Amino acid sequence: MASLWESAATAGTGIFHGRKGSIAVAELSTASTLGSGLESLRGRSVLITSHEQLAAAVALLELDGIARRLVVCTPDLTPEQLAEVAATGEVDALVHDGEVPPTLAALPAYELTPRPLPAAVARASTGATEWILLTSGTTGRPKLVLHTLDSLGGTLPRQAPPGSRCVWSTFYDIRRYGGMQIYLRAVLSGAPLVLSSPADATRDFLLRAGAAGVTHISGTPSHWRRTLMSGAAGLIQPSYVRLSGEIADQAILDSLQAAYPQARVAHAFASTEAGVAFDVNDGRAGFPAELVDRPQGAIDMKVVDGTLRIRSQRNAARYLGATPAALVGSDGYVDTGDMVELLDGRYHFRGRVGGVINVGGLKVHPEEVESVLNGDPRVRMSLVRARRNPITGAIVVADVVLADPDALAQAPEAAERIKAELLGACRQALAAHKVPTSLRFVPALELTAAGKLVRPGA
Amino acid sequence: MSNRDSILAVFKQVAAQQGRTLADMKDTTVLTECGLDSLSFAIVVSSLEDSLGVDPFASDDWVDFPVTFGDFIRLYDRAVA
Repeated sequence: MASLWESAATAGTGIFHGRKGSIAVAELSTASTLGSGLESLRGRSVLITSHEQLAAAVALLELDGIARRLVVCTPDLTPEQLAEVAATGEVDALVHDGEVPPTLAALPAYELTPRPLPAAVARASTGATEWILLTSGTTGRPKLVLHTLDSLGGTLPRQAPPGSRCVWSTFYDIRRYGGMQIYLRAVLSGAPLVLSSPADATRDFLLRAGAAGVTHISGTPSHWRRTLMSGAAGLIQPSYVRLSGEIADQAILDSLQAAYPQARVAHAFASTEAGVAFDVNDGRAGFPAELVDRPQGAIDMKVVDGTLRIRSQRNAARYLGATPAALVGSDGYVDTGDMVELLDGRYHFRGRVGGVINVGGLKVHPEEVESVLNGDPRVRMSLVRARRNPITGAIVVADVVLADPDALAQAPEAAERIKAELLGACRQALAAHKVPTSLRFVPALELTAAGKLVRPGA
Repeated sequence: MSNRDSILAVFKQVAAQQGRTLADMKDTTVLTECGLDSLSFAIVVSSLEDSLGVDPFASDDWVDFPVTFGDFIRLYDRAVA
């Protein structure tokens, strides 16, 4: 497959709209945000960390085919996590947009200029670049997932459908798998792309997207619920609305169709490891069983032990690391860990195996939260689980067994204080979506015969 | 306590817990501009389910998503009634 730059230059018409300005693909024929640094990065394993998505969007375009490996960092990583990612990704240089994380100070660093500056750039590709995407792991350490441009974008269309004009946008960050798909769709087909920003209120983002004439836009069901609650949904008039990253229930599909009567409302299934598996275009929750029984094209799916398994060219190759877990099973399929149930000819998603919680499209591994709670000497054991929620799909709640439950009986007023201290410790150690929203003390937790916690749904 | 008072109390409590600054809540205040993020709203809705015993969003059909604080209170008034 041609490099991303070669494909984008062939299409010629792409442009990225960020919060603070726009950069057209065509500008990069004679200019660069890396200047002379670009050639220095040839053949290297490069970590990309930036505040603004616009900087990352341009850096990916400039570095594919040049760098040996691109480690695409999400913006929520702590300095410690960045250091671990750099070590696991065998990184030997980093690019940034103004701030070098203190834990990476030893690496050669190249600053991305906010605008491309004139430069004599030889954009000759020297080979296929490895693309490393991050996904959250059980212990709080991000997992590094190895893709190539081919596995990420090989099957995406290279031009807009005849007679139609596409302007893409996504609520996602393009450095997460769901956003990366939209980024590549836009770049490979030469379409404009409106990038979101955490600094934008929903209304401001929709204003920008509307001003750019967005026609195709994607987000999680949680993003879309927030849009409907903003009162600003009418600022865009898309012809295509896409949901992914969380279970799309019938209520959100119907609400979006009512808000955008002219739009095709589709929901898709994808994961960082398995890639995009399918789109559902009939406006109904769940997906038709025929997709599993009679595979269409290059994607095979099956349901084993209640979870969805996927085999396709869009699967990632493997995890990076010294002793990585197997990403692809011995049968060649990726186990998505998503539990499905067959009802009247349609499969419906029923949550995640192993209790993994999806809060608004962000994964939470219960073990990571439990290890923080269990780190308090007053805690004997804890169980972190999902509670269904209509706004973010699920929220995190915790059941805690105290080492000395009698202490509470003797001093009931201590319960609130211990609860507040445990939650305070979680807030210190964890991202906001991982902190239990409620915590209760229980006398005991159920264990399996093997002595493991019984996890609901597992 | 009226639904309005209970709801406002929960908004304030969640805002404090999440370290967010809550706007002066009027009926016309747009929810997505009141200072709470999606996670905070999620906690508000679960907390109200515990205290009022209803979740007006938990419908399999079309939900009229509230835009203003006034819409939000009416949604609960209808569900509790």
